Amino acid sequence: MVVAFDEMKGLNGGGVRPAYAELNRWLSEVPRDVLDYRRKEAELLFRRIGITFAVYGEAEAQERLIPFDVIPRILSAAEWRIVETGLKQRVKAINLFIKDIYNAREILRAGVVPADLIFRNPAFRPEMSGQKVPHDIYVHVAGIDIVRVDAETFYVLEDNARTPSGVSYMLENREIMLRLFPELFSRHRIAPVENYPDELLATLKSVAPSSSSSDPTVVLLTPGVYNSAYYEHSFLADKLGVELVEGRDLFVKDDIVFMRTTQGPQRIDVIYRRIDDDYLDPLTFRPDSSLGLPGMMSAYQAGNVTLANAVGTGIADDKAVYSFMPQIVKFYLGEEPILKNVPTWRCREEDHLAHVLDNLHELVVKEVHGSGGYGMLIGPMASKVAIEQFRAKLKTAPKNFIAQPTLSLSTCPTCVDEGVAPRHVDLRPFVLTGRERTCIVPGGLTRVALKDGSLVVNSSQGGGTKDTWVLDE
Amino acid sequence: MLSRTADNLFWLSRYVERAEYLARILEATQRLTALPLAYVGETNEWATAVSTAGCASAFFEVYDEANEENVTDFLAFSTANSSSIRSCFEQARSNARAVRTALTMEMWDAINGTWLELKRYGNGATSREECSRFLRWVQESSLRYDGSAYRTMLRNDAYWFSRLGVYVERADNTARILDVKYHLLLPDNERIGGPLDYFQWAAILRSVSALTAYHWVYRESLKPWQVADLLILKDEMPRSLASCYENIVRYLDAIAGAYGRQGPAQRQARGIRTRLQNSRMDGIFQRGLHEYIGEFITENNRLGGAITQQFLL
Repeated sequence: MVVAFDEMKGLNGGGVRPAYAELNRWLSEVPRDVLDYRRKEAELLFRRIGITFAVYGEAEAQERLIPFDVIPRILSAAEWRIVETGLKQRVKAINLFIKDIYNAREILRAGVVPADLIFRNPAFRPEMSGQKVPHDIYVHVAGIDIVRVDAETFYVLEDNARTPSGVSYMLENREIMLRLFPELFSRHRIAPVENYPDELLATLKSVAPSSSSSDPTVVLLTPGVYNSAYYEHSFLADKLGVELVEGRDLFVKDDIVFMRTTQGPQRIDVIYRRIDDDYLDPLTFRPDSSLGLPGMMSAYQAGNVTLANAVGTGIADDKAVYSFMPQIVKFYLGEEPILKNVPTWRCREEDHLAHVLDNLHELVVKEVHGSGGYGMLIGPMASKVAIEQFRAKLKTAPKNFIAQPTLSLSTCPTCVDEGVAPRHVDLRPFVLTGRERTCIVPGGLTRVALKDGSLVVNSSQGGGTKDTWVLDE
Repeated sequence: MLSRTADNLFWLSRYVERAEYLARILEATQRLTALPLAYVGETNEWATAVSTAGCASAFFEVYDEANEENVTDFLAFSTANSSSIRSCFEQARSNARAVRTALTMEMWDAINGTWLELKRYGNGATSREECSRFLRWVQESSLRYDGSAYRTMLRNDAYWFSRLGVYVERADNTARILDVKYHLLLPDNERIGGPLDYFQWAAILRSVSALTAYHWVYRESLKPWQVADLLILKDEMPRSLASCYENIVRYLDAIAGAYGRQGPAQRQARGIRTRLQNSRMDGIFQRGLHEYIGEFITENNRLGGAITQQFLL
C-alpha cells in the first residue's frame, strides 16, 4: 500500500509541518502517564455527561461512548481557507441543484445529469415539484465529509444534505480539551467553535415563513430517545434554547403546526428536523411511521412552517449523483470546483462496471444509497471469498454501486495502546446556509480510525473522534 | 413548556421519591423483625411491608410467602415489579434522558450516576449487610437528586412541576403507612408501661424519618395519637400530609401566577388543604381514622389526575 501523508510529519517522515510544531514539542515533553491519565479523565467526563450513541443491531450495547482521542488535529489558517471557500462553493451549487431538480430541471434537459438517476432515486420526492421554499434554501445544514491525501489535496468523500449529525461531538470535544489541556491551548491561537449554536439558531430563524411573527418559534424534532443521535438532539436543543419535540408533542390544525404545552397550543414556525423524510408524515410518506406528524406536509406545502432541511434533499446525498458534482458545480456557477471529487466509477455504466469488476481487489465499492460505512467493500482489505461474494452482488444490481480507488487517507498522531501513532482521519465540517449568509465554524468533526491501518472512521465501526483546531494566522 | 416535558419532570420526581420511601420501609421492617417476638407481637412484618408499599396483590401473584428474602427482592431489585426501587430508578433515568434539556447538569449527574451505580447491584444484595448499604445508598441518591434540584434549578414551571411530583408522591406514601398501620394508632391502643406497640410506632416514625422530630415536637414518649397528629396535621413535619399540601398549593399557585390562569387542580388542592387545616385529631378519631386516611388517598389521587388533565396532556 502507498505510504500515507502524515499531517504532523509530512510524507516519509519529512520535517514536522509548521502547524504542528508546538504540538510536537509538547508531545515530546509530556510524560506518557499524564496522557493516559487525561485520557481516562476524558472518558469519565464523557460518560458522566452522557454523550452516548446507539449502534443499531447491538442489543447489549444500547448506549456506547465514541472513543475520544486527546491529541488534536490541526489545520493551518491557509489550509482552512481552501476548505472553507471550497465548501461554500459546493453547498451553494447543491442548493441551486436541488432547486433546479424540483422546478425547471434545466440540468436534466441539458443532459448533464441523467434524468433516470433522479427520478428513479428513492430520495427524490415528487411532492416537492414546484414547491416554493423560503429564500430558495433547501439545505440549511450540510455536513460535507472531506479527506486529505497530501499537503495540497482535499477530496470531498460524501455530501450529507439530509440530517447530518456529529456537531455535538465537535462542540463537546473542544470543551473537554479546554478542561483537560489548558496548557496546550495557551501555546496556540485556536479559532473558536462555541458560537455554532448561535449561528444555527440565526440560520433557522432567518428562513421562517413570511407569515410568522418577528420572533419565530423554532423547535428541534427528534425521533426520540431510541435514535442513535438522541444525545445530540437534546444537546443541540439545549444550546439553541428551543424545545426538543417528538411527533406526539405536535398537532396540525388548519395547516398550521402547534405543539402541546402546559399553557395550551403554541404555533411553530421552523422545525429543525432530525428525522428522515420517510418518517415525517404518515399521510404523505411511510404510513406505518409513528415518529412523524400527520398533516405536517400539508402545513409545509401551504407555506406555514419551514422544515430544515427541506424535504427531498437526499438526492444530493446519493453517491451516483455525487459523481456528477464537479459538473454540477460548473453548470450552476460556471466555476471549477475548488474541492475535488474522489474519482468515481459508476457501475451503472457498462465500461465503468467492467473496469470495476477487473479491479475489485484494489477499489472501494459503496452502495449508492448507503451511509454509515455499512455494506461496502474495501478491496485491498477484503478476503478473496468476500470479493467474490461482492462481485456476485455487484453483477446482479450494478446500478446500486459506485467504486473509488482506495485512497491513502492522511494520518494524524493518535493516542493508542502502543503509544502515540499515526492513524487515518477524515473531517466533517458543518455548513450553515441562511437567508443572508453562509457560515462555517472553523474546523468540524475529525473522525479517526483507531485500528492500525484501518480506513473506516465511522463510529458504528469502531472509529473515534478528535478535536479539530484551525489555527489563527 | 412542552406538556410531555412537564409530565416527565413530574414523574421523575415521583419515582425518586418512591424509591426512597421503599428503602425506608425495608429498613424499618428489618429493624422490627430483628426484635424478639415478645416486643412486636405475632404479625408478619414482611407482609405488612408489602401492603405499605401498595403492591400486595402483585406480590402474591409471584410469591406464596412474604419473608425477608422475597419481599426485599420484590421491593428492591425485581424487574417484574414496576414499582421496585430498581424499576423506579430505571424509569427516573429514562424520563431524565427524555428531558435532558430541562434538567440542570447536577440533576442529570445525580440521576445518571445513580443509574450507573445501580448496575453494581445487578443480582440483588448477597448479604444483609450489603442490603443495608444498598438501602442507605438509595436514600442518599434521592437526597442528592432532591438537593441538586433544589439548589440548581431555575425557579420556573419546570421546577414547580418537579416539586409537585415530590409532594403528591410523598403525601401518598405517608398516607399509605397510616392506612396500613392505623389500628396501632388508635388512642385505646395505649397501654401503660412498656406497650407492646412501642416499637411499631417507632418503626412508623422511622419510615418517614420522623423519630427524632417527634421528640422535638412533643417532648415526651411515644403516644399513638401524637404519632398520627405528627404525620397528618403538623405543618412543621416535612412528610406530614399538611406540609405536603402546603407545598402542593404553593407550587400550583406559582404555576397559576406565571400562566395567568387558575384551574381545577388549583381549586382541588386548596380544598384538600383547607380540610386538613380545619381538622383536629380528636375529630378525626371520632369519625374514624381509617376512613379519613382512605378518603385522603382517593383525593390525593384525584388531584394527581387533575394536574395531568390540566397541564400534562
